[in-house]
Amino acid sequence: MNLKKILKDRILVLDGAMGTMIQKHKLEEKDYRGERFEDHPHPLQGNNDLLSITQPDIIKEIHKAYFAAGADIAETNTFCSTTIAQSDYHLEELVYELNYQSAKLAKEAAREFTEKEPHKPRFVAGSIGPTNKTASISPDVNDPGYRGVSFDELTTAYKEQAKGLIDGGVDLLLIETVFDTLNAKAALFGVTELLEELNCDIPLMVSGTITDASGRTLSGQTANAFLVSIGHIPLLSVGLNCALGASQLRPYLQVLSRESDSFVSAHPNAGLPNEFGEYDETPEMMAEQIEEFLKEGLVNIVGGCCGTTPAHIKKISELAAKYSPRQVVLEKIIV
Amino acid sequence: MSETLNKIGYLKLSGLEPLVITPETNFVNIGERTNVTGSKRFLRLIKEERYDEALEVALDQVKGGAQIIDINMDEGMIDGEEAMVKFLNLVAAEPEIARVPIMIDSSKWHIIEAGLKCIQGKGIVNSISLKGGEEEFIWQAKRILRYGAAVIVMAFDEKGQADTYERRIEICERSYKTLVEKVKFQPQDIIFDPNIFPVATGIEEHRKNAVDFFNATQWIKENLPGAHVSGGVSNVSFSFRGNNVVREAMHSAFLYHAIRHGMDMGIVNPTMLEVYDEIPKDLLERVEDVLLDRKDDATERLLEFAEKVKGGARKQVIDDAWRSDPVEQRLTHALVKGIVEYIEEDTEEARIKYNMPIKVIEGPLMDGMNVVGDLFGSGKMFLPQVVKSARVMKKAVAYLLPFLEAEKSQNGQHGVAKILLATVKGDVHDIGKNIVGVVLACNNYEIVDLGVMVPAEKILETAIEKGVDVIGLSGLITPSLDEMVHVAKEMEKQNFRLPLLIGGATTSRIHTAVKIDPNYSGPVVHVLDASRSVPVAGELINPETKRDYKEKIKDEYQKLREDHASRKQTKSYISFEEAQKNKFAIDWENTGIIKPPQLGNLVFNDYSLEEISHYIDWTPFFQTWMLKGKYPKIFEDKTVGQEARKLFDDAQHMLAEIISNKSLIANSVVGMYAANNINTDDVAVYCDENSREELTRFHFLRQQGKKGKNLPNLSLADYIAPESSGKQDYLGAFAVTSGIGLELLIEAYKKDHDDYKEIMIKALADRLAEAFAELMHEKVRKELWGYAAAENLSNNELIREKYQGIRPAPGYPACPDHTEKRTLFDLLEVEKNTGISLTESFAMYPASAVSGFYFAHSQAKYFGLGKIDKDQVLNYATRKDMPVNEAEKWLSPNLSYNP
Repeated sequence: MNLKKILKDRILVLDGAMGTMIQKHKLEEKDYRGERFEDHPHPLQGNNDLLSITQPDIIKEIHKAYFAAGADIAETNTFCSTTIAQSDYHLEELVYELNYQSAKLAKEAAREFTEKEPHKPRFVAGSIGPTNKTASISPDVNDPGYRGVSFDELTTAYKEQAKGLIDGGVDLLLIETVFDTLNAKAALFGVTELLEELNCDIPLMVSGTITDASGRTLSGQTANAFLVSIGHIPLLSVGLNCALGASQLRPYLQVLSRESDSFVSAHPNAGLPNEFGEYDETPEMMAEQIEEFLKEGLVNIVGGCCGTTPAHIKKISELAAKYSPRQVVLEKIIV
Repeated sequence: MSETLNKIGYLKLSGLEPLVITPETNFVNIGERTNVTGSKRFLRLIKEERYDEALEVALDQVKGGAQIIDINMDEGMIDGEEAMVKFLNLVAAEPEIARVPIMIDSSKWHIIEAGLKCIQGKGIVNSISLKGGEEEFIWQAKRILRYGAAVIVMAFDEKGQADTYERRIEICERSYKTLVEKVKFQPQDIIFDPNIFPVATGIEEHRKNAVDFFNATQWIKENLPGAHVSGGVSNVSFSFRGNNVVREAMHSAFLYHAIRHGMDMGIVNPTMLEVYDEIPKDLLERVEDVLLDRKDDATERLLEFAEKVKGGARKQVIDDAWRSDPVEQRLTHALVKGIVEYIEEDTEEARIKYNMPIKVIEGPLMDGMNVVGDLFGSGKMFLPQVVKSARVMKKAVAYLLPFLEAEKSQNGQHGVAKILLATVKGDVHDIGKNIVGVVLACNNYEIVDLGVMVPAEKILETAIEKGVDVIGLSGLITPSLDEMVHVAKEMEKQNFRLPLLIGGATTSRIHTAVKIDPNYSGPVVHVLDASRSVPVAGELINPETKRDYKEKIKDEYQKLREDHASRKQTKSYISFEEAQKNKFAIDWENTGIIKPPQLGNLVFNDYSLEEISHYIDWTPFFQTWMLKGKYPKIFEDKTVGQEARKLFDDAQHMLAEIISNKSLIANSVVGMYAANNINTDDVAVYCDENSREELTRFHFLRQQGKKGKNLPNLSLADYIAPESSGKQDYLGAFAVTSGIGLELLIEAYKKDHDDYKEIMIKALADRLAEAFAELMHEKVRKELWGYAAAENLSNNELIREKYQGIRPAPGYPACPDHTEKRTLFDLLEVEKNTGISLTESFAMYPASAVSGFYFAHSQAKYFGLGKIDKDQVLNYATRKDMPVNEAEKWLSPNLSYNP
């Protein structure tokens, strides 16, 4: 079934946090390593993406839990599966496999649910995170002209990641948590180059991150400037995720909703973290705020980021069913 | 989305903020100063890797209203790709600049691509074309699309650049179709540059250059949906270089018509633009005849007219139309144009209208000064104009003062920030400080000016008493640097937290960072020139920015200190003994020494100012006024030329007055003495050739840096024959002033609130003193000493130091120790003979004075001492019979070590 067609009819639900769910299993170093990486010379605990290979059942169960809660789209467990991010664990060589396996796992879970409920097909979005480096900000305050990563390095890394995801069978790609637009532009550059080489047409979603109440990305752009900067590539959706809770995200979603002629997505955190770095908005509290966007008709795709669980997604999906999706308005016409 | 294929959106660009170009956007102004091919200054900054200042150029553009900045690094002498990347990365760290979209301007694809990889926003590539064939064009356009930028397409193809209407539309149409159909480029992201070429060149084929551009623009807008049109406007007036009146009129008329035909963005220098409605009708008619090709003899008629208006004659016409405007507008006009004539009657009218005098100051007068401040800040007004504005303001305030006092009970405080300014103890130079005061006053600060030679205690007492917000210290001579350190230490001791500004000719960022900043925990900022003082004061006073700004500056200075410390270690020095061995060895055996006809002192008082004035070097005069350029070429400069001319005319006028009223007096003393080099670095001066009785002894310093092969370690003493050569040599000395009587003149201008004339008279007196030194030197060479009797040089050749021999001054690079001036003054009996005296820091008073030595040897040349090591300082202190720590104090800027 065609994703774009469904999006015109109803609001689609994206899944919730992967990390929050993994934490509940209280995994230790040996669990992360599994048998295969028993002898890896560097610590691996915390490398959640690796679990797609060493603990595939846990990951697949999480996907299933979200599908069961009503999610239409699951994100692959690949937020950090680039050579740049995996270099922290000295697992750069594993990047293709990480992406391929994660895509396969999610896709298997999706297929099971689509078979059960053919009227509600499930999709898999390949998650492409921002990496841990910024292309337009210097990591050295004393040398503002310095850059820790180049556009070309990012392009290459993103391209490799996308190749694994596409080969693994994802239905779409989600470039998310964009805190530096230049990173996203490098991702889009690599991904579109790859799609052209593969002669393949997979819908792309981009989701930016407004870091604080200033209403700007970490790299300083306003929501509107961010939108303009990625406007050269036809996108299925643009949206915002992470950093803020649902109600803080609303004014910036309004900007995207007004200015964009793509579909609009939002997957906020379960509120702002407390002093212990935990997110404590209950599913009810979060749903109440999300209902505001739905009433206003701001979004086409909605889900959760840090701190959200299947319980949150269940509430959200119940709400989403009650409201009609945002109408995509075309820009004013000059000719 | 396929549904939107036939609908065309707006051109949307972004920096940190979006820029959307809609049909209502009249014209998008692209900043053009950050272009090495268009701006000599920017090129120099990039070449010298002065990126901080280069960033300021960009910032000024944005502040001045540029909506996009064009960045070009295409220059043979620099690595364009590296410079582009470095500059763009630095721009990304400056939110005030990065706010606007970037235009990456290069004729080299690899530079364009490197630039595209640095910008997070959606910029514009300037430019690509069909010049290299369709395949390359498509490939480049595809890449640009993938990077996410709009593109400027030049009307250029395999056959060459389009120079007719037909060729322009043919190439633009083909480019458009290729981009939209084959590359899938968004039509609104295509911007055509259909080539602006010069008109009125006298060449028949060029007659239609402007018309063709207009018509092609219109055709593009009508036939290529969504596309935009841009161009570099200054090209059109190329044949009138040097005639700004005509050029400015041509630019505005061209833009006026181009915009009407659909041009929607362009590269325009805002300072080279007359207001279309203000172009005199007769000039406009001739300009438009040329642009629109309306008459066969249009070019001749414009040329004829151009001859007449050359040199700003147009401005001579007195335009009184503004007199009929409302009083607020008249006040603003008077402030902006610096017109004092009507200020009192207008102020009176405003006072009656506003009922309260304070309202006049806070209302229309301050509004007018804000306009002046904005224009100056954006580079549309120049310092001499601003000083004239300040004069008008002061007159208006002086007029209101009695009224203000009459009702003082009603008003509370003024609420503006106060800045204390002082030239430190021992120093008498204050032109720069006065300029800073004027500029700050124009920006709504209240200035507490303590004048010159102000001791630390007085500065600090006044600061407390008057409740100032910032203290600014100024100084010109090197000992003032130590005095500033002293003031900073005192401030720390007394628990001051006020910001401290440091400025003046010998001060520097590095000195401020290394020597002053560590002594004071409040903010300390070095201010390069008057125009920088405003934003700095603003940041330091604004409660929202002051803390961040302080931290930023402290960090910056900390970094500078570290850099300085690490750099110092890499520079190597040789021992003083080795340096002496590597002296400049003159073959005294074969040197002919000319004996002066008369030894001893000769006094020339009340010298003809008229004669002196012919020796003036005007270039530094313009520097004093912050106008950059060499005399007389400065008059042709497109940015400052006109102002320079006005300033020069005013100076000539004042000079003529001084000469005819004899309001300044020029005195001088020169002396020639028998002398010999003693102990390699001293020069002994004898009563006469026969008796070896020493009158006095001068102590010189020797370069100690490690030199390349065959390069000597110089000391001025090397230019005097040693006793051991058996030859009698001679040393000359001089002191001149043209500042006697200056005080009275300044007093009078102060009373009249006329900062402009006050600064002008000081600047002129300084120039006259330098000119007098030049004149006396020539007189010495040709007559009084006569070692170059046949010399015949023009003033320009004198300025370029084409003559034999040198006249270095104590306190300057070759002999930086100011204390030698005391010895020199005693020898020449300067106080008695000329009226010049020395302060405790050995500054000459009056400040318009010059003193120094004459060395006659044909190989003598100026040099800088550079840094010296402790072994020489110990030796020097012994020779001078001075405690080592005192010697270190006077030589502190030249020490290679921390004493």
